[in-house]
Amino acid sequence: MSARTVLQHADITRALTRISHEILESNRGSDNLVILGIPTRGVTLAHRIAAVIRSVDSAAIIAGALDVTMYRDDLAQNPTRATGPTDIPAGGIDGKTVVLVDDVLYSGRTIRAALDALGDLGRPRAVRLAVLVDRGHREFPIRADFVGKNLPSSTEERINVRFDEIDGTDEVTIG
Amino acid sequence: MRNLLTTYGLSRDDAIAILDVAEDMAEVSEREVKKLPTLRGKTVINLFFEDSTRTRISFEAAAKRLSADVINFAAKGSSVSKGENLKDTAQTLAAMGADAVVVRHWASGAPKTLADSGWIDAGIVNAGDGTHEHPTQALLDAFTIRRRLHGTAARGKALDGVTVTIVGDIVHSRVARSNVWLLTTLGAQVTLVAPATLLPVNLTGWPVTVSYDLDDAIAQGPDVIMMLRVQAERMSAAFFPNAREYSRQWGLNDERMRALPASSMVMHPGPMNRGLEISAAAADSPQSTVLEQVANGVSVRMSVLYHLLSGAVER
Repeated sequence: MSARTVLQHADITRALTRISHEILESNRGSDNLVILGIPTRGVTLAHRIAAVIRSVDSAAIIAGALDVTMYRDDLAQNPTRATGPTDIPAGGIDGKTVVLVDDVLYSGRTIRAALDALGDLGRPRAVRLAVLVDRGHREFPIRADFVGKNLPSSTEERINVRFDEIDGTDEVTIG
Repeated sequence: MRNLLTTYGLSRDDAIAILDVAEDMAEVSEREVKKLPTLRGKTVINLFFEDSTRTRISFEAAAKRLSADVINFAAKGSSVSKGENLKDTAQTLAAMGADAVVVRHWASGAPKTLADSGWIDAGIVNAGDGTHEHPTQALLDAFTIRRRLHGTAARGKALDGVTVTIVGDIVHSRVARSNVWLLTTLGAQVTLVAPATLLPVNLTGWPVTVSYDLDDAIAQGPDVIMMLRVQAERMSAAFFPNAREYSRQWGLNDERMRALPASSMVMHPGPMNRGLEISAAAADSPQSTVLEQVANGVSVRMSVLYHLLSGAVER
């Protein structure tokens, strides 16, 4: 089956620039903001968003990583998963506004696990969700606050996100 | 992964995968809430037929940090002292719904017997069997070496080209056996240094070099020197003249410590006989990894339990 490209490098950059501005607008600046990516590609996105925010707001925002593997509810259904690093910026998350970042929002189960993981790390003032692609088919009452592109899809289809930093190219394909 | 009985035959990829997850578990151990929900509802039984403090509490801490229920079973004061055999003990534990059994036994091969017998369906972790193997100790040693060498960039790395010298009571040491297989699988070069009486008679097939002179081995400047405990409890005959003689010939004393490169790690699986195989100054020096090994033990055992107990069960 041939895959169709839905976002190219320029589209991804534009979407992330818009999301970064929306985050700054809703947070009224970059105070008390913590950007946490979910491994693997969410972390790349989080670093890109943090870079845009730094260039706009000249704030010292550093993105972190939040691994949710150990909090997943499907560990018993799949082969053993490798875990990823969790890297919380100094200062922690207590009283902060945490923006979770992931590449694709699908069932919402990953985000459910992320909320549990956050609960073990501290008590944020608020948690927001930013995703590059929202493909629908939610299985939990979870929605994203910042969306790069809404991409209605069939469950048969596969969405592939590739980033320069990991895959050597920037694109989102569906097929 | 179903069981962890030995490091012999453990693939390089599997070993690195266990060490990588252990890196992430080490991060959890530094948090305020040192707990993950991953093994909720699983039961881990620590079945110890031989005395152990650090290994048992290390496994207990590991299982509890993953939210598993832990039952400690020590042979002393149990029905084993009334004559119950391994089969009946195993079937009793199976009936209690054990998901994993961490077993330490004085007899080499007891964990394998448990795993192969069909008496119990749980995953078996060897926590030391006789003079055979102690795989989680080797994994935590490899993890400690990798962390000291690579720091936060350790994930995914092996130990290619690292020189490790293991010194002392090799013949009685399950730690040495497990380390020889694991460290060489990961690409390290292992040298054994011991009096001839404390080396296995037949070293055919061991991927190691052997030396009988500790000063000579130290002059080679190994990246790691691992001192083994003199296991007096397993020695039924005289393997060396006396403790002073052993210490002078095979102990890491202050003079040898000065001859060792400042970058070399000093490891010991514990418990240490201070003044016998290792001097107090060597044990407490910044080059010593003894306490790191204990802390890393919990992370590595969390990773092992995670690999055994999560994931779809292969039948």
